[in-house]
Amino acid sequence: MKFRSAIAALAATVALPVAASHATDLEVTHWWTSGGEAAAVAELAKAFDATGNKWVDGAIAGAGGTARPIMVSRITGGDPMGATQFNHGRQAEELVQEGLMRDLTDVAERGKWKEIIRPASLLDSCTIDGKIYCAPVNIHSWQWLWLSNAAFEKAGVAVPKNWDEFVAAAPALEQAGIVPLAVGGQPWQASNAFDVLMLALAGKDTFLQVFQERNAEVAAGPEMAKVFKAADDARRMSKGTNVQDWNQATNMVITGKAGGQIMGDWAQGEFQLAGLKAGEDYSCLPGLGVTEVIATGGDAFYFPLLEDEEKSKAQEALAETLVDPKVQVAFNLKKGSVPVRGDVDLAAANDCMKKGLDILAKGNVVPWTDQLLSADSQKQKEDLFSEFFANPSMTAEDTQKRFVEIIAAAD
Amino acid sequence: MSDRGHLKKTAHLAEVPASWESGPRGARPRRLLSTRTIVVYGTLFVAAAYYLLPLYVMIVTSLKGMPEIRLGNIFSPPLEITFEPWVKAWSSACTGLNCDGLSRGFWNSVMITVPSTAISIAIASINGYALSNWRFKGADIFFTILIVGAFIPYQVMLYPIVIVLREIGLYGSLSGLVIVHTIFGMPILTLLFRNYFAGLPEELFKAARVDGAGFWGIYLKIMVPMSLPIFVVAMILQVTGIWNDFLFGVVFTRPEYYPMTVQLNNIVNSVQGVKEYNVNMAATILTGAVPLLVYFVSGRLFVRGIAAGAVKG
Amino acid sequence: MTGQATDRTTVPRRSGRPNRLTRNLSAKIASIPMMLTAVVIFLGGTLWTVLYSFTSSKLLPRLRFVGLDQYERLWAAPRWLVSIENLAIYGIFSLIFSMVIGFVLAALMDQKIRFENTFRTVFLYPFALSFIVTGLVWQWLLNPEHGIQSVVRAMGWAGFSFDPLYDSGIVIYGILIAALWQGTGLVMCLMLAGLRGIDEDIWKAARVDGIPMWKTYLFVVIPMMRPVFVTTLVIIASGIVRVYDLVVAQTSGGPGIASEVPAKYVYDYMFQAQNLGQGFAASTMMLITVAIIIVPWAYLEFGGGRKRV
Repeated sequence: MKFRSAIAALAATVALPVAASHATDLEVTHWWTSGGEAAAVAELAKAFDATGNKWVDGAIAGAGGTARPIMVSRITGGDPMGATQFNHGRQAEELVQEGLMRDLTDVAERGKWKEIIRPASLLDSCTIDGKIYCAPVNIHSWQWLWLSNAAFEKAGVAVPKNWDEFVAAAPALEQAGIVPLAVGGQPWQASNAFDVLMLALAGKDTFLQVFQERNAEVAAGPEMAKVFKAADDARRMSKGTNVQDWNQATNMVITGKAGGQIMGDWAQGEFQLAGLKAGEDYSCLPGLGVTEVIATGGDAFYFPLLEDEEKSKAQEALAETLVDPKVQVAFNLKKGSVPVRGDVDLAAANDCMKKGLDILAKGNVVPWTDQLLSADSQKQKEDLFSEFFANPSMTAEDTQKRFVEIIAAAD
Repeated sequence: MSDRGHLKKTAHLAEVPASWESGPRGARPRRLLSTRTIVVYGTLFVAAAYYLLPLYVMIVTSLKGMPEIRLGNIFSPPLEITFEPWVKAWSSACTGLNCDGLSRGFWNSVMITVPSTAISIAIASINGYALSNWRFKGADIFFTILIVGAFIPYQVMLYPIVIVLREIGLYGSLSGLVIVHTIFGMPILTLLFRNYFAGLPEELFKAARVDGAGFWGIYLKIMVPMSLPIFVVAMILQVTGIWNDFLFGVVFTRPEYYPMTVQLNNIVNSVQGVKEYNVNMAATILTGAVPLLVYFVSGRLFVRGIAAGAVKG
Repeated sequence: MTGQATDRTTVPRRSGRPNRLTRNLSAKIASIPMMLTAVVIFLGGTLWTVLYSFTSSKLLPRLRFVGLDQYERLWAAPRWLVSIENLAIYGIFSLIFSMVIGFVLAALMDQKIRFENTFRTVFLYPFALSFIVTGLVWQWLLNPEHGIQSVVRAMGWAGFSFDPLYDSGIVIYGILIAALWQGTGLVMCLMLAGLRGIDEDIWKAARVDGIPMWKTYLFVVIPMMRPVFVTTLVIIASGIVRVYDLVVAQTSGGPGIASEVPAKYVYDYMFQAQNLGQGFAASTMMLITVAIIIVPWAYLEFGGGRKRV
């Protein structure tokens, strides 16, 4: 690794302002492969090609399980790509510590990232030992309850305004043959639905005490017991979902087979594709209509350290392109996410998106669990909650005990 | 070199040739429509239905339009046959920015499968030959390790292999991938060849030795020509395994070499938007087409191998 | 019997030098790839894995030893215990059913039937498809909303219920159905080859003696097919231990953690959870289990002093 750090030092001293005069191919790996995602990536590629370089696309579908091992192997195997997507947070931490990733501090300083990127926590999770290693590209928030207006109409109850009303309306939905809450079978859905419930019902302070400070006492406390009770309700209401993928679950809401779904803002793309209108055909409750706080997760690009000087320059050009205001708007409108800069105008955003932007503007934000917990603790949490949601005989109390153990051992 | 006559004579002496080289046997009364015939054919047809049902569903689905899939049941034949899903799967389904469907990875898959299959079979057959006819001290220990190696999950070996390939400078290249396939095909293939060669009449080998043939001479002039059926079996196993491989194809190469399965994965696993079952199914069949074709073609070779064996019966 | 094996190696070489190293030199040179694979990859890789299972390695392998911590955590994890149990159930049933179905089909095919080629192709073709594809198709067929269940219900049996993939208690059998569909064709072919290797005279003798056919199969033919059974056993058993893709494609381990398997635990913790130490500890446990069962058997079967199979 010494040899790599030497290269790093060398690269840092010779780094020049971007003036790529001839095209350099840069391979970019990511897991954005579906229609809307690919359209968004195309915006990035177009903008990057316009700098006189060439975007070589290396898309691999399937985030955690499929794409990441490949990316990590490529980097550690000594045949790195030019740039790669990760969820920003702690996924690439060790690659950085190992000196395999490129320091972007000078690019960030030139572009004044510290001033324009908001909320500041986004850049914080790119920062390791005071140096910036990634370029954030979007903000995704998880805290949404999507509701089918048609389903509630069919059941003869008003569309709920918050979680409690939703729980109260569940029996009516069930009687009408509607699954009240769609939760797909993939483990991350159950786990994140729990986190959303927790942030909404127990509040920001408890959320941070548990996930940031890893306070096991709070995790075992009465405030959290309430959340587990609610999770128990959610489990009962999700019976009969019988789908795997999140978008199949969303589709149940779209078709009125399910009353609602707890899912991130990307679900909105599905409603739009189906031609539904926010407010008329479906409703959205940020923070489950209880606590209007949203968490800011998202995606970021990391740049492996390369020996080729031309390619290193192209990396700089790409990093600058990613946070460019125009690119940010074009990309995020297609992706359905929120730009990482506060200084861009999103007039084209729809009702639900605007609600999210409002909350962002008020500063009611917290970092998401991807940023707070290691992938390891996240995985343990996923195992726990996917088991909980699938197994009605698991009590809320026992689950809380196991949850406390995970938090106590978290790193 | 011993001639074919010699070969025929010695074949009688084999105690239990574990070979594929003889005709159908077993008790066989030849009455039409006896209870036995009914039981035999009945069972076979029921079994055949179980094996064919999924293929039927795949084909039928791939020929339907999306609205029909959403409404109809999966077993009903298409009301309106459309080949659009096939065209889309082959040439226009998107993988990130590259909207050229499976066609993009087809030649890569061929380029990976052909050398990997050839080299892994060559090496494994030589291993099997050395193990059965030229046993040297310690050979069995290596072979035992190899067999135990067959039980190690591939995923566990990813890291060590990344390190080894990095150290020998082959990481990210096509030859690196060929080596990986050769390594993971070795245990089962070596076992197959070893058992097969051990089942060949020993007198053949001895006679050739007396004639002065050496290690390679006997291998090339006697063992290989006599072993067509087992080579076919090995080829079936390898072509299937390598063609369908996804994990090694992406971990050990770069995008310009990505096999077809990467596009299949991308088409099938992209979660946003409506799941296009018809395109998924068409892509699935198209990806499986090459191994399937190998089966149909080699099925004949297989029969030939059996027929050749019948001569000496 | 031992003599038979050594006979072959003691045939004098032309050079005739009694040097131990150069004896059988060609065979040794030809076996270099095998030796390298066995020693460097399988043995070396295994030792490396075991070594790092005692560390706290996260995303990258690092030698920070933590003793048995990873193992303690592993055996306290409910998901690991479920995985082990599933593997045991899946393994036993898949072994029995593959062997029985494969053998019965092969025996039927060996009755001088018509359309042998067609039947063989039909039984074998699923093997050409990857586990990912197999999993997808069966996930679809077993889906209660548009698969077999809904079709049977539409035909009039409203109470019919068949949704193994959504019932924690039986989900592993749903996976078994797909696995058997994919794999039994190959077993059938191997068995058929074995049957074809049985001498015609055996059958004649059995018929002359009036031994019923099933007895001939059970007590004469099957013992004679030992090598075929050994090969088949290795192929099936190694597939069982490594089962991963099929589960991912069919259920991703669900509902909840009801269909998790050890190989998936290993992979998920190595790469999704980025906890190599935990993944290596799990794979070490798998390797130890395999080694305890396989090594003595493999050595007896393939090791020194064995007779020709």
